[in-house]
Amino acid sequence: MSILVDEKTRVVVQGITGNEGLFHTRQMVEYGTKVVAGVTPGKGGQRIDGIPVFNSVMEAVRGTDANASAIFVPPAFAADAVMESADSGIKVIVCLTEGIPTLDMVTVREYIGERGSKLIGPNTPGIISPGKCKIGVMAGYIHKQGAVGIISRSGTLTYEVVDQLTKKRIGQSTCVGIGGDQIVGLNYVDLLALFERDPETKAMIMIGEIGGTAEEEAAQFIEKNVSKPVLAFIAGLTAPPGRRMGHAGAIIAGGKGTAKEKMEALGNAGVRVVRNPALVGEEMEAILKRQRS
Amino acid sequence: MKIHEYQAKGILKDYGVPVPKGRVAETHEEARAIAGEIGGRPVVVKAQIHAGGRGKGGGVQVVHSPEEAGQAAQKILGMTLITHQTGPAGRIVRKVLVEEGVDVKEELYLGVVIDRSKGCPVVMASREGGVEIEKVAAESPEKIVKEWIDPSAGFRPFQANKIGYELGLEPGQVGKMRSILFGLYKAFYEKDCLLAEINPLVLTRAGEFIALDAKMNFDDNGLFRHKDIASLRDLNEEAPLEVEASKYNLNYIKLDGNVGCMVNGAGLAMATMDIIKVVGAEPANFLDVGGGATTEMVKNGFKILMSDPGVKVVFINIFGGILRCDTLAKGVTEAVREVKVNVPVVVRLEGTNVEEGRRILNESGLNFAVAIGMKEGAEKVAEALKR
Repeated sequence: MSILVDEKTRVVVQGITGNEGLFHTRQMVEYGTKVVAGVTPGKGGQRIDGIPVFNSVMEAVRGTDANASAIFVPPAFAADAVMESADSGIKVIVCLTEGIPTLDMVTVREYIGERGSKLIGPNTPGIISPGKCKIGVMAGYIHKQGAVGIISRSGTLTYEVVDQLTKKRIGQSTCVGIGGDQIVGLNYVDLLALFERDPETKAMIMIGEIGGTAEEEAAQFIEKNVSKPVLAFIAGLTAPPGRRMGHAGAIIAGGKGTAKEKMEALGNAGVRVVRNPALVGEEMEAILKRQRS
Repeated sequence: MKIHEYQAKGILKDYGVPVPKGRVAETHEEARAIAGEIGGRPVVVKAQIHAGGRGKGGGVQVVHSPEEAGQAAQKILGMTLITHQTGPAGRIVRKVLVEEGVDVKEELYLGVVIDRSKGCPVVMASREGGVEIEKVAAESPEKIVKEWIDPSAGFRPFQANKIGYELGLEPGQVGKMRSILFGLYKAFYEKDCLLAEINPLVLTRAGEFIALDAKMNFDDNGLFRHKDIASLRDLNEEAPLEVEASKYNLNYIKLDGNVGCMVNGAGLAMATMDIIKVVGAEPANFLDVGGGATTEMVKNGFKILMSDPGVKVVFINIFGGILRCDTLAKGVTEAVREVKVNVPVVVRLEGTNVEEGRRILNESGLNFAVAIGMKEGAEKVAEALKR
């Protein structure tokens, strides 16, 4: 098992004819993801590496039974692309685009909520259930199928953690990048709930960072609803206040959203918090060892 | 993106928010002339920098004649203003806002921000104006009235009324407040703000509201559709190295430590700063070269990093996914050849094409300390600092 995506997931790529879209479509196919369709308005009828291209997501869904989407569309049009996906009945939408205006996401969140779709991102490396399905831009080969669920606001920092795990022969059930923006789709709480119910997942890792209160909300949720062990690292203990640290959402505003507050909230909820990012793999190894004994 | 008070007031005025009569001046002669035009007394001369706390730092003066306004402007223009928001280095004042003095009966607070967990804008108001709203929120949260905005319905009149009555205003004042709230919200929404704030909103003895100070922060991701707002950017308010970095699409933030770092990805960049601290050193900067960095970007990033004289050791920490390790290694070796580098450089590479990347570094003939893993990288940084 895994969460959200697996070997049965059928992916439509929105923006398949763009540079990024094409490059990563090929990477996903190579990993074994079932990319069944592409969408670029005006280019319907073409085929790219044998994948049929449609003018709209609705046509793609009718023609191929796609049930998940990957969005590689420029920021100005990405919000519209997410809404199109939701309106066409896609249940898992992965939006890789970085730079979508925050107020566009306000509209998107309400729109997809009404249609029962789940959004991953935007500004995310995507989601991968190792050995089964990858929808995103992460390097597939660093992952290994297994029992640790990962939820992260970051890209390369997640690769770092995955690499530490894989080198210790600790596999992952599903790794989800929730995105680095101020407003994102699925959050820690939604994903912790899914991992808690997933029989394959034995433990979870949360990779957080400064800004917002998503980690604090996760802490509250874990205290009441999560029985599996959770390990957390929060980036940005040394980040200055009032500065946006690369991600649109990574900012300490009005003294709120510091790494220290988040670490305390998680620690109080019984989460094992690691302060040294190089030790996440070792800590998880210890947790799994204790679980077995 | 931040803008100046006078620019924010200009925008809000266009949205029907009452602001004091006045204009911005860059010389004391101009300031004097503007005070003359205003005619009334007193007149306020306010330093324009992108930071709060200007009054306490001596950047705001109340004067009673055009001559005095000129003198006050002469004093303020060119001064280095240090406030709790500028940091110890302060900011040089290049412009002053000269405006009519307002007769203050009461100071209120109005603001609109994005509520990240609810995923929508929230309009806030309080009778505790003139102080930072975070302070009010921490000490007496019950004094802040909040209304969350439904994205499809927008900000509704009943919500504005509710705010007015919950603040305890008189019926006549509620109507005036409503129009200011609508102006503020509309400006926030139409201009893609992340924050729009009037603090204080003054209630005068004559019973009128007027925006005495205003602050607007814009969503960088929304600037592409607001050329008018983008043109308000003031490069003088940004650190020169950060401006330089932004030209190359690099994300650089200068800090005060001794370890310069170059990393791909914002989260890993912050984590790298954190691990530098774990081994007892201090990061000199945040530098994210991004997932799709080219050899040229890496080269420019390295140059910017090295132009900070505080840097005693460089730590390059790359996890190649889209950015391949060989691209990075090429950029770094080219940069080191071009820039005179007289500090140790620790390089940690992992991910796509890592062997090729390490080979390029080892065969470059340059003196890199190549580390395997983030832990070893940080340890090598600490060792290099001790030497």
